[in-house]
This record gives sequence, C-alpha cells and structure tokens, in this order.
Amino acid sequence: MKLIKFLLLGILFGIVMAKSEAVSWFRIQEMFRFQSFHMYGIIGTAVLVGVSGVALIKKLKPRDFSGNEIVFNAKKKSYYRYILGGIIFGLGWALTGACPGPMVVNIGYGFFSMIVVFVFSLVGTYFYGLIKNRLPH
Amino acid sequence: MLSTLVYQSWPWWFSGIMIACIMFCLLYFGQSFGFSANLATICSMTGLGKKQELFNFDWKQQSWNLVFLMGTLIGGFIANNFLSDGIPIQIAADTIKDLQKLGIAAPESLQPNELFGLDAVFSIKGFLILALGGLMIGFGARYAGGCTSGHAISGLSNLQWPSLLAVIGFFIGGLIMTYLLFPFIFRSLNTPL
Repeated sequence: MKLIKFLLLGILFGIVMAKSEAVSWFRIQEMFRFQSFHMYGIIGTAVLVGVSGVALIKKLKPRDFSGNEIVFNAKKKSYYRYILGGIIFGLGWALTGACPGPMVVNIGYGFFSMIVVFVFSLVGTYFYGLIKNRLPH
Repeated sequence: MLSTLVYQSWPWWFSGIMIACIMFCLLYFGQSFGFSANLATICSMTGLGKKQELFNFDWKQQSWNLVFLMGTLIGGFIANNFLSDGIPIQIAADTIKDLQKLGIAAPESLQPNELFGLDAVFSIKGFLILALGGLMIGFGARYAGGCTSGHAISGLSNLQWPSLLAVIGFFIGGLIMTYLLFPFIFRSLNTPL
C-alpha cells in the first residue's frame, strides 16, 4: 500500500493534463505554430514554479519523507544525444500530438487509437536499446 | 459557480502550478518525475534485459512509476466521464485555418477524427502515421535520456544544460514536422486518411 500515493498523484496528473487540454493534438499544433500562449503558459508556469522550488530545496535542504536528502541526478554532459534524440522525439510529438504521459491519459480518456502510438513507442524504446552502441552520444 | 469552473477547460496557470506540485510531491517521496522511464521499464519487465544492457536493471525499483502510469490512465477516464461538459475545445482561429488547409476539420473533441477516428486507425496510412509517431517518441525519448516531463519540467527546473539542449531538440523536431513534413503527409491524403 506504499504505492497508493503514486496512484493518487498519477490520477491528479491525468486529470490536470486532460482538463487543461495539454493532451490534445490541437493544442500541440497551436504551440508549434506559435498561435496560442496556452501550452507555453502551462510549461512556462511549471518551470517557473519548478525552478523556484528546486532552488529553495537546494538552499534549505529539507529531508524527504523517509529522512533522506533530496538529490537531483545530473544528466551526463554531451551534445549529440540530447539534440539528435530530442529532434527525433519532437518529430513524433508533433505528428501524434502526444508525449508519453499524454498518450496514456488519452487511452484512459477513450481515444483507444492511442494504444497504437503507445505500443510503437515501446518498440522504439526497444529499437534504441538494440542500436544504441552504434549511435553518437 | 464552482461546478462550472470544474467542468470547463482549466486555465494554463493552474495546470502549470499543479504539474510543478506533482514534481515536488514525487521528490518528497524520494522519486523523480520522468514518464518515459516507464517505457524502458516495461521493456525490462518482458525479460529483454537478459539480451540488452539498456533494459538490464531491477524494474521493481520503478514500480512506483508504473503505478503512477496506471493513475494517469484512471485520471484520463475520470476527466472524460465525470469532469467534462462536452463542449469542443477552443483553439486559435489561425490554427483552425492552417489545419483546414491540411484537410483537418475544426475540433469536435480533444483529438482530430482524421487522425484518431476508427476509420483512420484501420486504414494503412492512418495506422502508419500513429505507428511511426510512436516509434520516434520511444526511440527519441530514450536516446535523449528523457521526455517532456524528465527534461522540460524536471530538468529545466534544475537548470540542467542537457535538458535545455533536449528541449531545443524537441522544438526543432516539432517545427520540422509541422512546417516541412505535414504538407506532404496530410495534403497528399486528400481523401480521409
């Protein structure tokens, strides 16, 4: 039952993403066409609150619920993987109007065709594992 | 009053604050917000780790994230069935005009029928579009080491350069798709997908 809190957070995330329409292909198109502030507002607010909160955590060093220090795992420094991987991800994001979280929200919402996107995102993940040693990182 | 506020579309600022709060809750519970890790976890669960090092980890460490995924599924269901007024989403008039040129009608629900309707999914072209999109999302997310939640939200909040690079990459890819590839993908399908 230790996991129930994560279920509740997931439910909250799903509801918020659906109700703010961040899971909509149309909203993602608005964003990539720079025709609405909506998605920029969502991501911008989240990052703004996020940056302030993370700075506060680093300064005050509060403990987490099990008494451990809150650590942020720094990503490895490099260029290729972030730019190239990012571009490939972005192509898929614009095409389907969904990133991994919203895919699942959409399936729950009743857009069952998103199951195709989800299943193939697993295939894509597997495929990356298959050829990763041959890619620039 | 309150009920209308709940049923209509939620404002961007509220959504942004809530997303950040969810990230903080996960930090408090000793985890970090990154949704696409689930895709690797599911690959690992199927036993692929015996063959490939990328999936060779103890997936049970990630079970919290899979439970979070189950929650998002339920959240989507609740949003549609209990918190919705059924009014089509309001998007910018310019976007509607641009999309009509590509053969995609103004929104009647959250998603365009031309892409996600049953007719589309069961046509070869429509299926390929969704499949190819999924492939690129899964491949790109693992290659870049994270998706929108891991890089754009968690990573940028921690002012990590790699995450900024990844987000720039997301946008380059999105713009190439929208401006350069959409005309070929959609206009050539003058009849339904």
